[in-house]
Formats: sequence, C-alpha cells, structure tokens
Amino acid sequence: MAMLLFLGRLEDRAGAPQQVLALAGPTPLAGVLDRLPAELAAALVAPGVRMARNGTLVSPQGLVIDDGDELAFLPPVSGG
Amino acid sequence: MADVRLELAPFDSGAALAAFGAAHPQAGGIVSFLGQVRLEGEVEALELRHFAPLTLPGMEALAATAEARWLLAGLLVIHRSGLMHPGDPIVLVAAAARHRRDAFAAAEFIMDHLKSDSWFWKRELAAGQWRWIEPRAEDHADIARW
Repeated sequence: MAMLLFLGRLEDRAGAPQQVLALAGPTPLAGVLDRLPAELAAALVAPGVRMARNGTLVSPQGLVIDDGDELAFLPPVSGG
Repeated sequence: MADVRLELAPFDSGAALAAFGAAHPQAGGIVSFLGQVRLEGEVEALELRHFAPLTLPGMEALAATAEARWLLAGLLVIHRSGLMHPGDPIVLVAAAARHRRDAFAAAEFIMDHLKSDSWFWKRELAAGQWRWIEPRAEDHADIARW
C-alpha cells in the first residue's frame, strides 16, 4: 500500500485529502498516475506542483514509489 | 536561537510579545508584525493548511537565515494553521536587536518569505462556499528584493 496525499486545491480535484493505493511492487510515478482518473493525474503533474516522498521533497524524474511510501502532491503555496 | 512555532489553535499575540520582550532585556528595540484575518466582504472564515514534514522545518530554516544575516538578540516567529475567523491572529513575527535597523529588516525579510514561499495553503469561506486562494504575483516580487 502507498498513501497519496493531496494538498491545497488538489484535495478538491481528488475529492479527498488522501488515497490509499495498492502497489504490486516498486512503481514508477507514471504507473501510479495511470491508476488515477486522467484529469486528476494531469492536475498532479501540472507546472508548479512539487512532490514529497515520505516528507522529503523529490524530483518527479525517475521517481519510484514503493510499498509503505507516502507521496504528497504540493501545489503552489498561497502564502501565510 | 529563534523561537519558532506552528500553532494549531488561537494564540494570544499580546502575551507572546510581552514574554518575548521580557526575555530580551538587552535588546534596545523590538520590531513586531502581527497579521490577522481581515474582515472583508462576505468572508466568514479562513483556513490555512500545512504539511507537517515541511512547514515548521521551513519556518525554522527561514529564521536561521535571518539570524545569520542580521545581528539579532532574539527572534520570534509564530504562525497559525487551521480554521480562523476575522480578527484572529495569523502570524506574529518579532525581532529584537541592539539597533533598530537590524530588527526592522529581519522582521520584514521573515514576513516577505512567509507570505511567498512558506508551506501553507489557504482557502476562504464566503457565502457558504470554500475557495482556495492562489499565489499572488506581488508576493513573489516582494522576495525578489532580498
């Protein structure tokens, strides 16, 4: 199982702040996105959206998600 | 060492500022900024969301940058997350220094960066509808000058 977190407006796109995804094994980001509705997947990789795996910012290039990972999608911040 | 806090419940900005002043008697000046939820049109509530692994560490790194750049006797940064209403404090920044210019500059530096590149997402409730607030171009212009 991997946990996907949707911050900010991405929560509305996803319809929930988080989603659990069963993974067969280490899965590239593209494989994770394929499991989601196309419109949501597009919003998650839109310009300005950052990603954090297990609380650490990561580049989407070459990103692989494994069982037990938490992947957060962070849209542009609106500031404090 | 800066005092940096992420508060999930309303905080007493006056008490926090008084305690900060008492803790830094050697500072000749304290500059503070209090941001509060604006009473505006039909806005009934404001909600800030944060991402625990990044938000407070980011605020601490920002405070450390300010402490390295200006000669400060003390630095206080308190930021709310969660549900707020008009008049509620959102952010309190206070910089204590021997000389006032360092305190003014550090407080403004912290505020400009909190407003533009800290890990918060904001939405407001108006006429029964929640609406996410998108980044503003002015906020990015504000940090370009540092």
